[in-house]
Amino acid sequence: MTDFSRLGVAAIRDGVANGEFKAVEVAEALNTRVAAAKALNAFIVETPEMAIAAAQAVDADRAAGKPLGKMAGVPIGMKDLFCTEGVQTTAASHMLEGFVPTYESTVSANLWKAGAGMLGKLNLDQFAMGSSNETSYFGNVISPWRRNDGGSAALAPGGSSGGSSSAIAARLCPAATGTDTGGSIRQPAAFVGISGIKPTYGRCSRWGVVAFASSLDQAGPMARDVRDCAIMLEAMAGFDPKDSTSLDLPVPAWEAALNSDLKGKRIGIPREYRLDGIDEDIAKMWDNGIAWLKDAGAEIVDISLPHTKYALPAYYIIAPAEASSNLARYDGVRFGLRDLPEGAGLQDMYAATRAAGFGEEVRRRIMIGTYVLSAGFYDAYYTQAQKVRALIARDFENAWASCDLILAPTAPSAAFGLGEKNADPLSMYLNDVFAVPASLAGLPAMSVPGGLDKQGLPLGLQIIGKALDEQAVLNAGLAIEQRSGFTAEAGEWW
Amino acid sequence: MSVDKDTVNKIARLSRIAISDAEADKMVGELNGILAWVEQLGEVDVTGVEPMTAVISNKLRLRDDVVTDGDVRDKVLANAPAREGSFFGVPKVIE
Repeated sequence: MTDFSRLGVAAIRDGVANGEFKAVEVAEALNTRVAAAKALNAFIVETPEMAIAAAQAVDADRAAGKPLGKMAGVPIGMKDLFCTEGVQTTAASHMLEGFVPTYESTVSANLWKAGAGMLGKLNLDQFAMGSSNETSYFGNVISPWRRNDGGSAALAPGGSSGGSSSAIAARLCPAATGTDTGGSIRQPAAFVGISGIKPTYGRCSRWGVVAFASSLDQAGPMARDVRDCAIMLEAMAGFDPKDSTSLDLPVPAWEAALNSDLKGKRIGIPREYRLDGIDEDIAKMWDNGIAWLKDAGAEIVDISLPHTKYALPAYYIIAPAEASSNLARYDGVRFGLRDLPEGAGLQDMYAATRAAGFGEEVRRRIMIGTYVLSAGFYDAYYTQAQKVRALIARDFENAWASCDLILAPTAPSAAFGLGEKNADPLSMYLNDVFAVPASLAGLPAMSVPGGLDKQGLPLGLQIIGKALDEQAVLNAGLAIEQRSGFTAEAGEWW
Repeated sequence: MSVDKDTVNKIARLSRIAISDAEADKMVGELNGILAWVEQLGEVDVTGVEPMTAVISNKLRLRDDVVTDGDVRDKVLANAPAREGSFFGVPKVIE
């Protein structure tokens, strides 16, 4: 009997289309795995009946000879940042606990239209603010991975899409949605040995996605291989008049055009990413990645992205500034939590509601954002950061004169233990050092597994491409995947 | 630039977030740590650089000035924490 948990998106889609098995069989098998993996805390809400209903519809369509969608019969996990009609959507916050949207996000609607089904809503860092999934109101997500020291220390699945990464690595679902504001798809993918791509800003509609920092937020797929990411990105992307920053462009046939022959491609290696004291396993993996791309026919060139070191500080002004504005909507009036102390007026109700509804990291970021946007400080902080952001984008523009893609590590370390980086918010922020520049420039960027470190934990290689050139990013990812021989997986301890 | 406790309390007020005295004390250190770190942006020469407004050049579209939505009162009110009839209920604001 087929172990459906081992099949990816393409294999399930093709198997259903060819009649090798029914979509309902896949949904049932994965529902069972989800229900048995509570120890990972990857899901906030499980929706087995929705997975079955979607599968039944696909099976009925096939029986009736109707054409099937790009994701027909594939059960997926939905990050709980996407509004799903009739299903609680929390952004992993107390503020939105019990919030049941009366509408569906465009990205999730696109996926259901393509024949995918929903296994449940995945845990994440609260309002997508975090890099370890430790800020969720609904508890930490645990990575299925453990160090090879024989211990059972709980490791971070990365963040903010930590429920997504954990569930895919544990084979509870073949794929899941993620969102990436400053690395929230790529870093968790790297931490658990899977793939994930953040497309060009504007490819996927932000409509119905709980907003964090609107000029940076971008949805993308996470899955166990590059092809599966290409398939799912095709289903998610597309013009949406309801998002003013949505790109009015056709969705390319990324899967059909996958090609790992990189002859004629120049790969830039940014010297500023080789930080002093870089982890030697990370450095070695990066060198391996360079060798693999060379083997695939690419030419390797040294490049410079001179403003790299300013990307993180710029990000930690811009993202909180936008968050402080976006999260002003949580006022205890229209939706979400209300905390009305006895005898309190409107202003006290706002303050009490927001103190009770937002977690510590969210409150911290709202306050930083409020400060940098406040009278007298706006130019010194916010305007300066947006100018530096323009220079970071210009660095990439200049680099494209001598290369077509950029290869770098995804994160400066393998997964860390839960609780190890909590004491100081800054040390957590620094984990996004390699991911944030591409976010600030709106460029497509992908993480693919690059190997294991000495502790037996996965490391990720990041490929950054030109705006709208997801194809080249996916192709280079495929070339790495074919050469890395990455087959390691987490032992099933849960 | 660094913040003191009064400033933290002021930011909290502007943010409409109630904070306790102990939280304000803790926040002084945390905000100053973060602000000291972002201070390095001041080193960058930004002469003649326009602040970024859009990462991917895109025109803001105009749509026809017609009604495309509406008549969904109950949906709008469905998640209200204190619905009163067809209104959002709030504490009394005028004495």
